[in-house]
Amino acid sequence: MIRVILPPHLRTLAQVGGDVELEVSGQVTQRSVLDALEARYPMLRGTIRDHVTQQRRPFLRFFACEEDLSHESPDAPLPDSVASGKEPLIILGAIAGG
Amino acid sequence: MNKVRVLVGTRKGAFILTSDGKRDNWDVSGPHFAGWEIYHVKGSPVDPNRIYVSQTSGWFGQLIQRSDDGGKTWQQPGTPAGQPATPGPPKSESNKFVYDASAETGRPLTTHQWYDGTQHPWEFKRVWHLEPSLNDPNTVYAGVEDAAIFRSTDGGENWKELSGLRGHGTGPKWQPGAGGMCLHTIILDPSNPQRMYIAISAAGAFRTDDGGKNWKPINRGLHSQYIPEPTAEVGHCVHHIAMNPRRPGVLFMQKHWDVMRSDDAGDNWKEVSGNLPTDFGFVIDVHAHEPETVYVIPIKSDGEHYPPEGKLRVYRSKTSGNEWEALTKGLPQKDCYVNVLRDAMAVDSMDKCGVYFGTTGGQVYASADAGDSWNPIVRDLPAVLSVEVQTLG
Repeated sequence: MIRVILPPHLRTLAQVGGDVELEVSGQVTQRSVLDALEARYPMLRGTIRDHVTQQRRPFLRFFACEEDLSHESPDAPLPDSVASGKEPLIILGAIAGG
Repeated sequence: MNKVRVLVGTRKGAFILTSDGKRDNWDVSGPHFAGWEIYHVKGSPVDPNRIYVSQTSGWFGQLIQRSDDGGKTWQQPGTPAGQPATPGPPKSESNKFVYDASAETGRPLTTHQWYDGTQHPWEFKRVWHLEPSLNDPNTVYAGVEDAAIFRSTDGGENWKELSGLRGHGTGPKWQPGAGGMCLHTIILDPSNPQRMYIAISAAGAFRTDDGGKNWKPINRGLHSQYIPEPTAEVGHCVHHIAMNPRRPGVLFMQKHWDVMRSDDAGDNWKEVSGNLPTDFGFVIDVHAHEPETVYVIPIKSDGEHYPPEGKLRVYRSKTSGNEWEALTKGLPQKDCYVNVLRDAMAVDSMDKCGVYFGTTGGQVYASADAGDSWNPIVRDLPAVLSVEVQTLG
């Protein structure tokens, strides 16, 4: 079971209170986790990555195991501790604006 | 007794203000979608409980929300109201706005003019304005940044560009205004379902007479000193256009500078700024029952976005422009430095026409006597981006 922590606004949108837990089949990558997240919570489509280009929105970052994974390939395997559910994948909004 | 519902979009959420026909006492509901920028909230004239919302964020992009019960509950079109969506493939793509680049339906138009004169690709940023159809609650138009018009015929679940607007030929000459290159005004002609007007900053006004397939610029008579060719066919920074449904051929325009009127459906414009203290501003609207009575709120200049002399004054013309009177009763007449943005004025259709506007200082002012006197409904909302009014039976 993969754990994902969403930023507060997206938790509200998805109507979830805490961490999201997802079953991901196959290799655990940013893409496969986001695919599973959007399948479970379709209202999040387009809010984390662009509908068409599938690129991460510029003011969002992906962290796990105290590392910034934002610029990793979306198809690169996520750390084993994320794949095992020990550590969450954190989707974080940049601190910007007012 | 009639009720009035004022739909307010702000920088940090939507608010719904309701009152009976006296418009003395108001209930305030909100914030809805707290923390998000709400560019526009508008109800269907066919089904007033059907309300569309443009919800947007620099972080999370664009969302469309819809209520079918007058704003009590909301859903992203295509997802069930009030509960998490069913797992599985999304049933709609209510926030997917993809520019049409196909050769079949439009020209593969891919660039517009950037601030420095170079060409720049079209990039979707947000929905500025939602205009529900006059006769079908499931049909709604969206004016977006970068400027284009989209239409949904399934209640906002899916959107398709009316690509004839960008494809008609002048697109590469359009350029962003200070607020971005936005299509902010959509006016549907009640006497002719095939006719529609739109306005873009900074491109100008356009009209279709065939339901959105073909468009033409309607900017003859506009004069903009800030562009290389002041009377060019396109490139004008039109801030807003208003029309009284009873007189659909007559349009009023607040341009970047200049207040204009057209008596021939936009084919020709003439300036009607008259005795205004400044003819810069954003909002313009027309009295619900008196098509020759027009309202504007003059703003000092494009460099100083606040009322001249620190006095918040609505100006009313009962002669379709040129002769204007200041309306000040109930409005701050000193130390007021708020702005009133382009979609932040509306009128109701009560017997005594109500006029409403919202400010960047978070006040929403209402007049129940056609502008003679004003009262704040609320004083301390986030900066107001848009105001619409529904008159309910």
